[in-house]
Amino acid sequence: MYHYKTKRIKTKRFVGSIFLCLVLGLLLAGCSMSSKGSVYWLNFKPESDETLHEVAEMYEKQTGVSVKVVTAASGTYAQMLNAELDKSHPPTIIVLGNNDLVSKWADCCIDLRGTAIEKELNTDSYNFYDNEGRLVSIGYCYECYGIIVNKDLIEGSGHSMDELVNFEGLKAVAEDIHTRAAELGFDAFSASDMDSSSSWRFTGHMANLEYYYEERDAGGWSECPSSLKGTYMENFKNLYDLCINNSTVRPETLATGGHDAENEFKTGKAAFFVNGSWEYDAVSKDVPSATMIPYYCGVEGEEKAGLNCGTENCWAIPSLCSEEDIQATMDFLVWCVTDPEASRKLVDTFGVMPYKNSAESRNGFLAAANKYIDNGCYIMDWATSYQPNVDNYRAGLVSALNEYNSDRSDSNWQKVKTAFVEGWASNYKEAHQ
Amino acid sequence: MKKRELTIYQKSISKWGWLFLGPIMAAFAIGFLWPFLHGLYLAFCDFRLVSEAKFTGFSNFEKAFSDEGFRHSFLFTAIFTIVSMTLINVLSFMVAYYLAKEIKGTKLFRTVFFMPNLIGGIVLGYLWSMIFDGFLSMFDTSVLMDSRFGFWGLIIMLCWQQIGYMMIIYIAGFKTIDGSMLEAAKIDGANGRQTLFKVMIPNMIPAISICLFLALSNGFKLFDQNLALTAGLPITMSVDGSMVKDTEMMALNIYNTFYGQSSFGHGVAQAKAVIFFILVAALGIIQLKLTNRREKV
Repeated sequence: MYHYKTKRIKTKRFVGSIFLCLVLGLLLAGCSMSSKGSVYWLNFKPESDETLHEVAEMYEKQTGVSVKVVTAASGTYAQMLNAELDKSHPPTIIVLGNNDLVSKWADCCIDLRGTAIEKELNTDSYNFYDNEGRLVSIGYCYECYGIIVNKDLIEGSGHSMDELVNFEGLKAVAEDIHTRAAELGFDAFSASDMDSSSSWRFTGHMANLEYYYEERDAGGWSECPSSLKGTYMENFKNLYDLCINNSTVRPETLATGGHDAENEFKTGKAAFFVNGSWEYDAVSKDVPSATMIPYYCGVEGEEKAGLNCGTENCWAIPSLCSEEDIQATMDFLVWCVTDPEASRKLVDTFGVMPYKNSAESRNGFLAAANKYIDNGCYIMDWATSYQPNVDNYRAGLVSALNEYNSDRSDSNWQKVKTAFVEGWASNYKEAHQ
Repeated sequence: MKKRELTIYQKSISKWGWLFLGPIMAAFAIGFLWPFLHGLYLAFCDFRLVSEAKFTGFSNFEKAFSDEGFRHSFLFTAIFTIVSMTLINVLSFMVAYYLAKEIKGTKLFRTVFFMPNLIGGIVLGYLWSMIFDGFLSMFDTSVLMDSRFGFWGLIIMLCWQQIGYMMIIYIAGFKTIDGSMLEAAKIDGANGRQTLFKVMIPNMIPAISICLFLALSNGFKLFDQNLALTAGLPITMSVDGSMVKDTEMMALNIYNTFYGQSSFGHGVAQAKAVIFFILVAALGIIQLKLTNRREKV
């Protein structure tokens, strides 16, 4: 009898605790599905993760709306996006910042034309549209890249910034500094490593000069061209050769990597550093005179060239999300670009945000970009965003450049050309089957 | 016939057994069986998101077989597996042969040899790329510059990682040999070589069998180390721009096909994964059958 009773009590307790768990579970589920909606930002840049979490926390405190920020590990954004979009609660903000990504995901994103966030924009230059003219993704910041220059070192070597107005000038200065490196105590270019932490500066940035001028000749690209002509390959070679032959390290050592180009520039060991506006915070403390010049490569009329401006930071909102979540996301985005404190934080992280009411940029390299524009120079927009099968295409370029760096023969340059031009066509074919 | 009386334990097992089996069966079904079957289905589909797959028949398999990079990765993987399997087993057998003897310092050496096995593949890949490049940079080259460097780099790294693990299995094998057999061989005047080949190895077929199987499947499935050490580089490019990654193994090829930017690759990658599974399973079964036959002899 006693055993029977104990068993009954235990069974009751067991059933009771399961019931309690169910009730709690339902309550929690109810909370998370509040009518306010929620925001889930799938971020692709690990370096901005901390700021985004701070901004998310600020917004949650102010409004009570839940904002989740998840950052993909470096180089894993594409697979994370794929996996997350298939979940029952997909991200409400995703980043579609190149043509490949836009063409792949356009049909499951809302059209941002006429939305509150679009009305806040001060330019349409950094937006992506699909083939039907729908505004798929909207730039939330833009960046610029080119050649970062230590003005003090240039002047210290007996030259002037006024000489750096075309390829001839740049070449003369760089070669002179390199020849006198031992006497001056610094060299011209910092290392141009080809390992994965650095090769994108050439395959994803410097390559843009060839694409840009080819695009300009064609009157602009509205979609990814199926092939390249390679008209400006010699210009790419001009600048690339200048970088690797007048550098702190020998070209043969570039495949291995392991040189710290940023540190070489910061510590005054090199006068030039091929990189972008996101480096401003890192280098301006040690090199206050740092400024940025365009990719001078020997193209006719390049005295009027400006910096390479563009972005791969573009917000898109998946249509797979609920109405409440889409509305909550829209409110959050508008707050990000209008709230003084939030936009200050974001602008300091991203450099500049192209919105009417966002904080002023304090980035000196972007100021240099604007100065070129003010002087009537043309912006070299980011045609690299058209690179087909981007990772594969760039891997081919890296492999060919590695061979060229180890032996700078004509036959090896031919391989670089093949990877650059024919590699584009074959990757395009692969991506558009 | 009188039904056999069940003990109290048997009764409770038959009553509550499902409770203990249930979670593991559910985990197996959710974590393995369902993804496996779904993956099999997806190999016949065109899809961007798994939830929106459209059945397309065998077209993904056609594309997979016509992919030169995939065919190359198969050849590279096959050669790599044969070489690594042979080297790992011969070397670990040799190490085990000496360390099975109770000589001074045996325990320390066993631990030291086993330790590389505790390091993850990605870490190992980056570690060895620094070691190789540190050495090769003296000759102005890198492990990424020549496919021979990549191939032997992968072999050295995998041997270093796996010899210790296989050694433990071989030592256990040596310990199972009946001492009286070795003593009898000694009395009969067998020399060291005869004892090894006529007594020890025939008695160690089960250990050899499992080590061969592990080395074979590990060689075929190699991914992390391949990604971290060479990522498939260098690349051979034809004049038409099509490219083949010289040191890309099958698992990495599948990964790169799936996560290439175009969504067409997803179904093809699934098809490649199915081909890969059939291949590894078939090789494993053949190898097990062969060694089982030796065990019975």
